[in-house]
Amino acid sequence: MKPEDFDYLSKMLRDRSGLVLTKDKAYLLESRLMPVARKRGYKGLEDLVTQLRNRDETLANDVTEAMTTNESFFFRDVKPFDQFRQIVLPNLLKARATRKNFRIWCAAASSGQEPYTLAMILKEEAARLNGWRHDILGTDLSKEILSKAQRGIYSQFEVQRGLPIQMLVKYFKKADDMWEIDPAVRSMVQYKPWNLLQDLKPLGSFDVVFCRNVLIYFDQPTKTKVLNSIADLLADDGVLYLGGAETVLGISDRFKPIPGQRGVYAVQKPGYSGPSLGAAAG
Amino acid sequence: MKSCLIVDDSKVIRMVAKKILQELSFETLEAADGRAALDACQQAMPDAVLLDWNMPVMNGIEFLRELRKLPGGGAPVVVFCTTENDIEHIQEAIEAGANEYIMKPFDSEILQTKFVQVGLLS
Ligand SMILES: C[S@@+](CC[C@H](N)C(=O)[O-])C[C@H]1O[C@@H](n2cnc3c(N)ncnc32)[C@H](O)[C@@H]1O
Repeated sequence: MKPEDFDYLSKMLRDRSGLVLTKDKAYLLESRLMPVARKRGYKGLEDLVTQLRNRDETLANDVTEAMTTNESFFFRDVKPFDQFRQIVLPNLLKARATRKNFRIWCAAASSGQEPYTLAMILKEEAARLNGWRHDILGTDLSKEILSKAQRGIYSQFEVQRGLPIQMLVKYFKKADDMWEIDPAVRSMVQYKPWNLLQDLKPLGSFDVVFCRNVLIYFDQPTKTKVLNSIADLLADDGVLYLGGAETVLGISDRFKPIPGQRGVYAVQKPGYSGPSLGAAAG
Repeated sequence: MKSCLIVDDSKVIRMVAKKILQELSFETLEAADGRAALDACQQAMPDAVLLDWNMPVMNGIEFLRELRKLPGGGAPVVVFCTTENDIEHIQEAIEAGANEYIMKPFDSEILQTKFVQVGLLS
């Protein structure tokens, strides 16, 4: 690929999705964009870049979506979800006892494994949630991956990566070679396409935010900007979950790690000094 | 070092599983059918059993039921690993005391996440 084409693509991707594409990742352009080029009948990426330079908005969107990494598993890393169930959820039940509602946001929901993991946990705890209203919102830049999330149908390979077997039996039905999630679980999650670089305010406010395994693709100023906008949407005692390779340290002072709980952060709000939803009891 | 007994009548599968498990720092033992596996457990209970379903002499589910009756036989974490992939088989396995269930084909990623879930790995 010509250096000016690479530069054009990498700048476009950074502007549109925050993706930082270094030269050593140039091979990703070939493998992920050739299918897009072929679908349009182009011979190669050169034609594709020419068309992008002509301000083809649809193509620019397709290219941006095609460059996202959508890998996800149910109960990814196990511990954050144990922590949610054992600490944050009981705290929520106490802290919101009069209001009896809470909102959870999965900010990079991908194919739905993360929001459905949370929905299954809420199902498991249904007895304690009687009379409660809870929302789970799943957003992602990619419309295509969200439509997969919405369908809630997974391959045998996907349901084996992280989903405990009892949960599979309880919440999935086999349909040919695929596994379909229980409509009662599926309907607990709302999906909406949303770019994290956009204004996030219209999404409303949240008690718990999962923003896992997406900041890794951004440069530092973008990480800071996104983390600070998430902090604005969180309740005073709200918590944020990041992926295993992500941190707020040195990036945003609007969050503080919760001692002894990896990957979970307490939002810092001026004038609030009460307990965080992430604080272990006792 | 934790031990895992690999029970499968296919030598190839045993080899693949052995390689993955050794990379995960398990000491491995092998058995080609349920009867041989039961004998091995009577000698020394392993920490984990990776268990095929269809095997000659004694199949996986019969082995599991016998294992759970043995003194100390409740201890090993048993993970089925079979081509049987319908809800009925999975349910039968859970009822017989299986801790987890892998549907073949599997890879090291699946085996590893399943072993994490049942607490064999952190
Ligand atoms: C690796 S997946 C993470 C899925 C899930 N959170 C998890 O941890 O398993 C990353 C997702 O982030 C999405 N993404 C990338 N850039 C984004 C942006 N600027 N705004 C919203 N979503 C974005 C991608 O489309 C992809 O589905």
